Amino acid sequence: MPGVISARGLRKTYGDVAAVDGIDFEVEAGESFGLLGPNGAGKSTTMRMIGGTLDRTGGELEVLGMDPGSERPQVRAHLGVVPQQDNLDEELRVRENLVMYGRYFGMSRSVLAAKADELLAFAQLEAKAREKVVNLSGGMKRRLTIARGLVNEPRILLLDEPTTGLDPQARHVLWDRLFRLKETGTTLVVTTHFMDEAEQLCDRLIVVDHGRIMAQGSPGQLIREHSTREVLELRFGSARNAAVVQQLKGVGERNEVLPDRILVYARDGEAALEEVAARGLHPVTSLVRRSSLEDVFLRLTGRSLID
Amino acid sequence: MSATTTGAARGTRRRGIPSLSSLSSGNLGSVLERNMRVIRNQNWVILVSGFFEPVLYLLAMGLGMGALVGSVTGPGGRPVEYAAYIAPALLATSAMNGAIYDSTWNVFFKLRLSKLYQSMLQTSLGPLDVALGEILMALFRGLLYALGFLGVIAVLGLVTSWWALLMVPAAVLIAFGFAALGMGVTSYLTTFQQMDLINFVLLPMFLFSATLYPIGVYPEWIQWLIMGMPLWHGVELMRQLSVGHFDGLTWVHSLYFVGMTVLGLALTTLRLRKLFLR
Repeated sequence: MPGVISARGLRKTYGDVAAVDGIDFEVEAGESFGLLGPNGAGKSTTMRMIGGTLDRTGGELEVLGMDPGSERPQVRAHLGVVPQQDNLDEELRVRENLVMYGRYFGMSRSVLAAKADELLAFAQLEAKAREKVVNLSGGMKRRLTIARGLVNEPRILLLDEPTTGLDPQARHVLWDRLFRLKETGTTLVVTTHFMDEAEQLCDRLIVVDHGRIMAQGSPGQLIREHSTREVLELRFGSARNAAVVQQLKGVGERNEVLPDRILVYARDGEAALEEVAARGLHPVTSLVRRSSLEDVFLRLTGRSLID
Repeated sequence: MSATTTGAARGTRRRGIPSLSSLSSGNLGSVLERNMRVIRNQNWVILVSGFFEPVLYLLAMGLGMGALVGSVTGPGGRPVEYAAYIAPALLATSAMNGAIYDSTWNVFFKLRLSKLYQSMLQTSLGPLDVALGEILMALFRGLLYALGFLGVIAVLGLVTSWWALLMVPAAVLIAFGFAALGMGVTSYLTTFQQMDLINFVLLPMFLFSATLYPIGVYPEWIQWLIMGMPLWHGVELMRQLSVGHFDGLTWVHSLYFVGMTVLGLALTTLRLRKLFLR
């Protein structure tokens, strides 16, 4: 089965600067696909090109068999868009936001009456139907924006940094909603710079940096390929970290020195910690954890995702 | 390699005149519907707040100054009462004020702060739908102000001819021109300081466009400058219609606003496309 989105050599340049520098990927129907990378990696630019609101400079891009460069309105009609910053209509009330957005797609009032109720329930905002948008919390606004993006029953929902700026509880509520959506067969395309979000939400993802793809695969696959099973984090105090690292040679498979801590990549973190103690080294704090996409990113780029 | 080249050629929009289907989904009605809903949610006092300025001028100048001035020479050389001389000019100003209010500050808010146009243009709507919908909305306010003002001057007995009813469609035309150009210009402005420049232009235009006295008092080169301004055409058009005096200039004044409307609409559409659909 052909992918619902396919990009080949996709490029976007602004003057001499390449925001997206020749990327290839396929998104399958029904999967949850992630673009993981730091701010400025070219994620949002890619999203806007898929969404038919930004022209590409070069390469091929197909969305649902259409070209979002030349068949823009048709492509937009089949997509749901959740932009990075909420752009809800603050002059309308909560329910009106859903109804009017559907009207922009040319949907009938009677269809939208039922649709709006269904989406209010999905977004857990039934009690707020007549509320003004400005009175909603950040999490509620986000859920309303997602509900709005679903009004036209899109086959693909584009989510640009869906949980940025939300508190942990609101993030979990949102993830839960997105899981349910995925269960109904909607294809999700998510950009994020949160590793936990990518691990939670994405079946498959590409790691992007400076407009290029650094790696792709499922979160588990990427961790297996580019990291070890466990990571031992050691803190000796910022002044000593760099000095101590010489004495850690041979512990674990490799290590990485960050300004505030040393990461030791090992299959067995506890065993590595015992080895450190055996060498007479006593860190201020130590922590053994599972490897994450953060480690993958660090391995691939030499930088952490959020500076 | 050859596949990449054809892809690039296909994906990149050709320069030149864009196709109508890329500018409009034919769903202008939904933009108007949205604005009507907003008005319904709104306080009516806010809707008519800008209406009173010309009314106050009419009372202060027309009735106050008018008592000193008496009669003046109206269109076609006929004498008219001073208040009846400035009333059509203030009606034109009223239509302008209504149109400008919506197409500048409200548009600025939706464009830069609430990102309404951004969200509209990620749906099937095209930039022409949004531009025309918003301009018609501003026009609606201009018409509302003009109708209200016409009511006021009728009550004051300043309407002397049935021809004056033609001032209603004229108000629509004037409002359309100001709304279209107002929105087009606003799309270039990014800060509140720049928005202040609009008043800096509008106030002198109001005071010097032969609104309160004939254009003949100025040296010739200033007259030409004023005749280039839109409000002067609105004022003269209204003044002619108020007494049913028609000549070739009636057409010149009308066509000025037709041109202004077309120009403003095209400008706004292209700007919205440039801003949100690059």
